[in-house]
Amino acid sequence: MTEVRYLLFLGCVIPYRITSYEISTRKVAEKLGMELVEMPDFNCCGLPIDSVSHDMMLALAARNLCLAEQQNLNIMTLCPGCGGTLLKVNEKLKHDKVLKQKVNGYLKEIGLEFKGTIKVKHIVQVLLEDVGFEKIKETIQRPLTSLKVAEHEGCHVLRPKKYLGFDDPEDPMVFKKLIELTGAECLDYEDETACCGAPIIGVNDMIPLQLTREKLVHIREVGAQAVITVCPFCHMMFDINQPRIERVFNEKFGIPALHYTQLLGLAMGISPDELALDQLRVKASKVLEVLSLTQKATPLQK
Amino acid sequence: MPEKTQPKVTKQVKVIKANEIDPRFKYEVSKVPGAKKIMICFQCGTCTADCPIARFSDSYRPRKLMRMTQLGLKDRVLSSDNIWLCAACFTCVDHCPQDVEISSVLRALRNMAVKEGVMPVVFRDLSSNILKTGYAYVIPALRLRKREEQGLPPLPKASLESIAKLSEVTGFSELVKKKKEESE
Repeated sequence: MTEVRYLLFLGCVIPYRITSYEISTRKVAEKLGMELVEMPDFNCCGLPIDSVSHDMMLALAARNLCLAEQQNLNIMTLCPGCGGTLLKVNEKLKHDKVLKQKVNGYLKEIGLEFKGTIKVKHIVQVLLEDVGFEKIKETIQRPLTSLKVAEHEGCHVLRPKKYLGFDDPEDPMVFKKLIELTGAECLDYEDETACCGAPIIGVNDMIPLQLTREKLVHIREVGAQAVITVCPFCHMMFDINQPRIERVFNEKFGIPALHYTQLLGLAMGISPDELALDQLRVKASKVLEVLSLTQKATPLQK
Repeated sequence: MPEKTQPKVTKQVKVIKANEIDPRFKYEVSKVPGAKKIMICFQCGTCTADCPIARFSDSYRPRKLMRMTQLGLKDRVLSSDNIWLCAACFTCVDHCPQDVEISSVLRALRNMAVKEGVMPVVFRDLSSNILKTGYAYVIPALRLRKREEQGLPPLPKASLESIAKLSEVTGFSELVKKKKEESE
């Protein structure tokens, strides 16, 4: 078996607000025999300030890529925003000599040089291409056959197609297959690949709330018991912002949003507490009931 | 549904005056990496039709912003709140029959607006956080302690010296400072 060894790129949002994604990923990675290497010197991927200065974004992203090159290790991200950014900058610098020269001019100031020797992948792509469905299947100990879920993969895992390209953005199948490996049924719903709106929430909050509300309506319509995500921003819209959506639109959803790694972890037989399910804002108690699992009561629970 | 922060609507009825037009603008934009194909947008409107944001906004229309850019309506475009509404979902980028990277054009426009001193508060915060910590969000001490309790490894600490240097050579620190002085 080939060794799956990656530098883990956490980014900002996961340690800031969504540690449950990191905790569950580490648990699942252990079971899958993946080795996640820490990189103590990484900085922001650059995406958050691309709108302010594209050059600074390129410099920040390229610095991370250079650090990974020095370790001779590929990068795995949990956040599709970080993943998409690092992957795109990596590809652009590999193929655009003029741009590479410019960015290397910046990097020279800090004693680095982009060479283009590594790859960047989001965890979904790593699970597909490096871990493989067979290996995942072998680790399933408690198939979640009684569970019906919906998927929200997030834009940056799929688009732009010319950079990501491992799945069809018009009819994505990879994430659904990954979900179905856990034994859960992944239901189709209207406008599945639509954006949740999260990136503009700092500029205009009503548009993202309406977009996510519409997705929740469609998810509820097909009778899904949970929505599964692989992006901390999308997760924030579905989880942290769901009570707000319920207030603004005077509507009750109560649809828990689980990270894929939590779903997979449950199917691997890992306990809900170890997977940090108690950290979810929208409690997953109904999901656990369906699966006949229990979770410790926390004082924060509603 | 009413929007909480109503973006300024670029009035359709407003007559375009010849002196508003900067014929060099589209060339300026097209020189920015990723924005080159603004020159060949033929206004089919696929971007607007497929845009999730446009569905819930009264004013955000990517096709219109592309046309305004081509026409050279520099001031109107750069001062418009609409350029800040793209969520970078890349649906339009994938669907554009002319292969225009609409989101990159909008990013180029935002970068230009910043140079003119226009920057939404959220981006100023993210920028100053990056200069302070190397990350867009400042992780509170409580979180860091909690990480330890949860047995998670320490978070990466970016080299602030390197960040400062990169910020200087890319002109980023100047942009962030500029805005600050103006708003004070």
